[in-house]
Formats: sequence, structure tokens, C-alpha cells
Amino acid sequence: MIHLWLPLLLVCVLAGAGAYGVIARRNAVLVLIGVELILNAANLLFVTTASVRGDQLRTGYVLTLFLITIAAAEMGVALAVILALFRDRGHIDLSEPGS
Amino acid sequence: MTTLDILFAAVGLITAASAVLAVTTHHLVHAALWLVVTLGTLAGCYLILGAELVALVQLLIYVGAVVVLVLFALMLTRAPIGSSPEHSASLVQRVAAALIGAGTTALFASVLLPALGGELRTTRAGDTQSIATQLFGSWVWPFELLSLLLLVALIAALAVSRMPTTPTIPTTPMIPTTLTTRTSVDDIPAKTGGESA
Repeated sequence: MIHLWLPLLLVCVLAGAGAYGVIARRNAVLVLIGVELILNAANLLFVTTASVRGDQLRTGYVLTLFLITIAAAEMGVALAVILALFRDRGHIDLSEPGS
Repeated sequence: MTTLDILFAAVGLITAASAVLAVTTHHLVHAALWLVVTLGTLAGCYLILGAELVALVQLLIYVGAVVVLVLFALMLTRAPIGSSPEHSASLVQRVAAALIGAGTTALFASVLLPALGGELRTTRAGDTQSIATQLFGSWVWPFELLSLLLLVALIAALAVSRMPTTPTIPTTPMIPTTLTTRTSVDDIPAKTGGESA
């Protein structure tokens, strides 16, 4: 037995912290950390709803596994792009215009 | 307050605090390490909610793989060790970001908490066997599509990182300080060329 407002509040805090991280950071890797936090808020919401009102297809759990995989793929491509950016510009400061 | 409530409150408090620290700390490497704490304790949250398989996958993929990728990226982009406040935006932008973050939190809370919040629910044990049956039964085509996505992402990451960089360095006079070593290396052939001529 669990009160659902606890995990839901954690979802809200994670999403808010992620949004802050995406906007307030200039380093591209730190922006990605904010994106990861938002994705994890979505994951926790999936698991929370699945654990109290799960259906026959286990949709919440399966979609969480899918989302974790998609996040890993996204992270790999995004870091390759960041490395290419660093080789091209010499910095990964997102607030400075490119050449 | 039930036992699960107290357990979740303890683990969730660590998760929330480390998430806030991960986006506010001035140390680049510390941000990645606080992300480890966030993702690890989030796996604990999944465990408390009865999703063992998801918790283990979270530990394996996020803590094991994604964080290593982040640390490698910080290393390869020559992240400074120690406090570096210049990686955060200006004060005005940070205040605006804090307002937007708080607004996001309030918006989600105002939608989710009245919809699902107040009640005391029993968690269903997310038994691994039925998840596996559904994953390789009803969800098998999305699952296979996902393996294709991983393959495409692998090839794309390889292609992007092996892409030949355009030699823009001599043509751009506005070069930041991190490039001084490369410009000095580029100067050497010009000097020797001048001497031989």
C-alpha cells in the first residue's frame, strides 16, 4: 500500500529540475543531463501508473523498457554530435554562435 | 503512512535532492556523478513500486552505460576539473530557468496530484514472467523495431564521429582560447614552409 502523491511529486520535481537544467546550462553535455532527467520523470510516471492500474499487456513496464533503450540510443548519437561540434569549434558552449 | 510510504519518501528525497544538485552544481564532473546518484536511487524507487525488471534495466543501462558515455564526453571535450561557473548561463537566464522549472513542477503537480494523488493504492507486483511473456508476445514487433533503431543509432554515431572536419580553423579569426594549441600547431608548417622558400 502506498500513497500515490509521493511518486507523483517526485515526477514533478524531476521534470522541473530537468527543465531548469536544459535552460540554465551553457555546456552541451550538461544540457543533455537535463534532458535525461526529463526522460526519467516520464519513466517514473509510466512505472507509477503501471504499478497501480496495470493492464493485461503490461504497457507501462514495457514502454519504460523501450524508453530506456531509446534514451540510450539518443545519448550515443547526441554525444557523437557533441564531439564533432568540439572538433569543429573547439568548445561546446551553446550560447556562443558558431563560425 | 505505510511502510512503503516511508521507504519511498526516504529514497525519493535523495533522488530529488541529487537531481537538483546535478543541474545546479558548478563542477562539471560532479554534475555527472550526481546524475549517477539520481539514476541509482530512481532504480530504488522502481524497486519500491514493485518493478524489479525495470529497476535492473535502469541500473544496467543508465548507471552502467549512459553515465559512462557522459563521463567520456566530459573527458574528451576537456572539461575543467574544479569549479567552473562559466558553464552556467547568466543570472537573468538562470532566474528565468528557475521560474520555468518551478512552473513546470507546479503545472505537473496541479494536473497529476488531483487526478491520481490522494488515494491509498496497493502496488501490483510487476512479475517478470508476465512482462517477458507480453514483451515477446504482444510487443515483439516494436521490440524488433527498437533493435533496428539501436543499429541505426550505432551506425549514425560512428558516421558522425568519423566525419571529416572542414578545415575552418585558418579562415576563422575568432578562435576561443581552447584552440590555441591547434592554431600553434597549424602555424608550424607555415613557418617551415617560409624557411624552405
